[in-house]
Amino acid sequence: MQPQTGPPADQPAEHHVVPWTVYVVIFLGLCLLTATTVIVAGFDFGPLNIIVALGIAISKASLVVLYFMHARYSPRLTGVVIAAALAFFVILVFLTWTDYYSRPWPLTTG
Amino acid sequence: MSELAAPPAERAVHHPALQHHFVDLQQQKEAASLGMWVFIAQEMLFFGGLFAAYAIYRHAYPEAFALGSHHLNRVIGTANTLVLIGSSLTMAMAVYSAAIGWRRGTVGFMLATVLLGGVFLGVKYFEYSEKIAPCLGDQVHTGCLLPGANFDPATVHAEGASAGQVQIFFSLYFGMTGLHALHMIVGIPIILTIAAMAWRGRFTPEYHTPVELVGLYWHFVDIIWIFLFPLLYLVTGH
Amino acid sequence: MSTEVATPVESLPPLPPAHPAESYLSRGWDLRSWLLTKDHKRIGILYLVSITLFFAIGSFYAAVVRWNLLVPNGQISADAYNKSFTAHGVVMVFLFLIPSIPATLGNFLIPLMIGARDLAFPRINLLSWYLFIVGGGLTLYALFTGGLDTGWTFYTPYSTVFAQSNVEVAAIGIFIAGFSSILTGLNFIVTIHKMRAPGMTWFRLPLFVWAHYATAIIQVLGTPVVAITILLVALERIFHFGFFDPNRGGDPILFQHLFWFYSHPAVYIMILPSMGVISELVCAFSRKRIFGYSFIAMSSLAIAAIGFLVWAHHMFVTGMAVYSAMVFSLLTYLVAVPSAIKTFNWTATLYKGSVQWDTPMIYVFCFIGLFLIGGLTGLFLGNLGTDVHLTDTYFVVAHFHYIMVGGAIMGYLGGLHFWWPKITGRKYVESWGKVSSLLIFVGFNLTFFPQFLLGYLGMPRRYHVYPDEFQVLNVLSSAGATILGFGYLFPFSYLFHSFFRGEPAGPNPWGAIGLEWTTPSPPPTQNFEEIPVVTTEPYDYPNMGEE
Repeated sequence: MQPQTGPPADQPAEHHVVPWTVYVVIFLGLCLLTATTVIVAGFDFGPLNIIVALGIAISKASLVVLYFMHARYSPRLTGVVIAAALAFFVILVFLTWTDYYSRPWPLTTG
Repeated sequence: MSELAAPPAERAVHHPALQHHFVDLQQQKEAASLGMWVFIAQEMLFFGGLFAAYAIYRHAYPEAFALGSHHLNRVIGTANTLVLIGSSLTMAMAVYSAAIGWRRGTVGFMLATVLLGGVFLGVKYFEYSEKIAPCLGDQVHTGCLLPGANFDPATVHAEGASAGQVQIFFSLYFGMTGLHALHMIVGIPIILTIAAMAWRGRFTPEYHTPVELVGLYWHFVDIIWIFLFPLLYLVTGH
Repeated sequence: MSTEVATPVESLPPLPPAHPAESYLSRGWDLRSWLLTKDHKRIGILYLVSITLFFAIGSFYAAVVRWNLLVPNGQISADAYNKSFTAHGVVMVFLFLIPSIPATLGNFLIPLMIGARDLAFPRINLLSWYLFIVGGGLTLYALFTGGLDTGWTFYTPYSTVFAQSNVEVAAIGIFIAGFSSILTGLNFIVTIHKMRAPGMTWFRLPLFVWAHYATAIIQVLGTPVVAITILLVALERIFHFGFFDPNRGGDPILFQHLFWFYSHPAVYIMILPSMGVISELVCAFSRKRIFGYSFIAMSSLAIAAIGFLVWAHHMFVTGMAVYSAMVFSLLTYLVAVPSAIKTFNWTATLYKGSVQWDTPMIYVFCFIGLFLIGGLTGLFLGNLGTDVHLTDTYFVVAHFHYIMVGGAIMGYLGGLHFWWPKITGRKYVESWGKVSSLLIFVGFNLTFFPQFLLGYLGMPRRYHVYPDEFQVLNVLSSAGATILGFGYLFPFSYLFHSFFRGEPAGPNPWGAIGLEWTTPSPPPTQNFEEIPVVTTEPYDYPNMGEE
């Protein structure tokens, strides 16, 4: 299966066909990262636990977004849309958390 | 941008998939793709509310979350994760097949995606039923892990304050994986429909937008699980 | 009707024939052609009819509330009162204000204004309307059978544990209607990015379009959060999941965080489109370019963005952390700045303009004055100290009604009058328009200004009774509401009447500048015979008073 080279460079990036071998490599990478996250979960790093787990998950998600979802070969606007959604999700969590961080909750009698 | 559209009478010859309010296929494809990404953005915020609740409660109740998580079957969870990632691979291969005009590949890989998705859902059904079955009926509800009146915290060895808090863990477990499963249940018939379209030869390398769009949707569903798996199944520390 | 200023002929684009053979209205009158339409203009009309119906229902509940408050001991039971103000809020917020301008004027005008034949996704547009009808219908069903008494804000744990009313059904109805809003926003974003005519660069877009773009961003990013939150409330009631139940370690305040994360930006969904209308009207009726185009465009985006950062100013007295509250208070003051920029710029546009005192312009002045009052009173509420005194009083009620009615609805009515000839091909009777606008203005102020005083004096909101000393102000408010209610009946009547008996309007009865005015009135289904090529800046009125 030869990947098509596609139309000339002035055409939009969607015409670019990613070789199938890339997908297989990404898949193997995802399997490896899955194994890593399971193995790492067997150790207790204290407060770092969540950071490690999320770090691996973010790496896996990035691989899927960039390659499986072609974000790497998509117009810049796609990246803006993803970034905007992420930004507002972070705002939701962070600003809500500022409330819980700076008051005593849960009450220990609960 | 595109050039002036010809007056209606002259626009006789155009791609059969081109909708009339678009100037050309390129504009239509770009619009469709942007539309799907914007839809995914709102899905990120939709699940985001649950992730926000998870963040707050896990930070507040580390022991209860660890207890609840420890009770979930890591082997099954890992296997299911690999199944879903595999379905993402087959989906990507389906889009690739459409892009190079390989009809059988397009259909075959989409069917493989549905198959793997079905396996995932089957496993989830099994996981759910072993937690919910004890809750039904009038007998003693040992092992019931569905939040509510019959919830049995002893199943996960939670006592005292953790007994109430671990219900929140399982509320999030059922809520988040349930919403995720619902998205898969909606996605599978859509993939099958598009596979049927592919079988009937509707797609070419120039036009296979529906395959690309459903691919984006399916990969997003996979990404949600990529986060759910460690957050629900792999909480350490107790 | 309007006094048309003689503009040089060569500055206006060539006019299409005055009486087109076929318009989007004349093309098929059977039910199927309307209920299965993909034409954005017809879908706009479908929404117009629907939201007018919902507005009437919401007004009915307002009448019940104001009638009850005529006497200190109330006229109906506390339970019936709770259900009345809840129904008023739910219907007016979710079923009227949120869709209003975007789904009617936005749907109709955006493709015309950018030189496109339709929105990017016409079938999704129709789906939006059906979701709106199903969701709205389900919500009304919940309100009419058993009612809802939680307030439109659904605060937990009352809504999840103690309420004996139709919470789940209403929640699901609002959930479905919310997806209508999301899909409309999605459609607008893609349309504005991808369907602009050749030469229509971002900074040549009408400010109406910029306003709807900013609104659409809020719809897409904010609505899903309230959707999941309201789903959690329903799940907690049906399956006893316990997210917000303190007995199981849940936090009711978390509900408020998740709820207001959307519901504060929601108020910007309600006001931004109206501001977009005002920008259009102020130019057309002073025959002048807008002052500070890019500032107004960017301020729409700024309002959308900063509006997501201020939600906890609804929660200052909940026991939330003081340091967190200080952050939110500061951000609340920040979000007032872009709104102020717009207000200054509209005013500056009037300077040395040639003001035409037609009905839409009267609504512009109503908007600017009333929005100013509403906005300034918001500052008292954003301040932590004064908020402790004013929160949950009638001061808050007056504040948001000045914005929602004095701002949003005035803009909506102004826009409806301005574009009515384009939408229907008919002119309304201008003198009726002027009289009604003044009636509405007087009625509105009489209804809500006393409520500032009531709130400051300490009358709490959502109470069906009050101390005797507040009666005079309450009676004044109810009297105002009666005038306001009659006032609304006038536009409904003469606009409806003009649809059948009005004088035919030409393509551009106001002599305004914009792509929508280059089409016949009403436009043909495909909008443009040929897609226009844009070469001029927006609001390219001939130089008047700019020296």
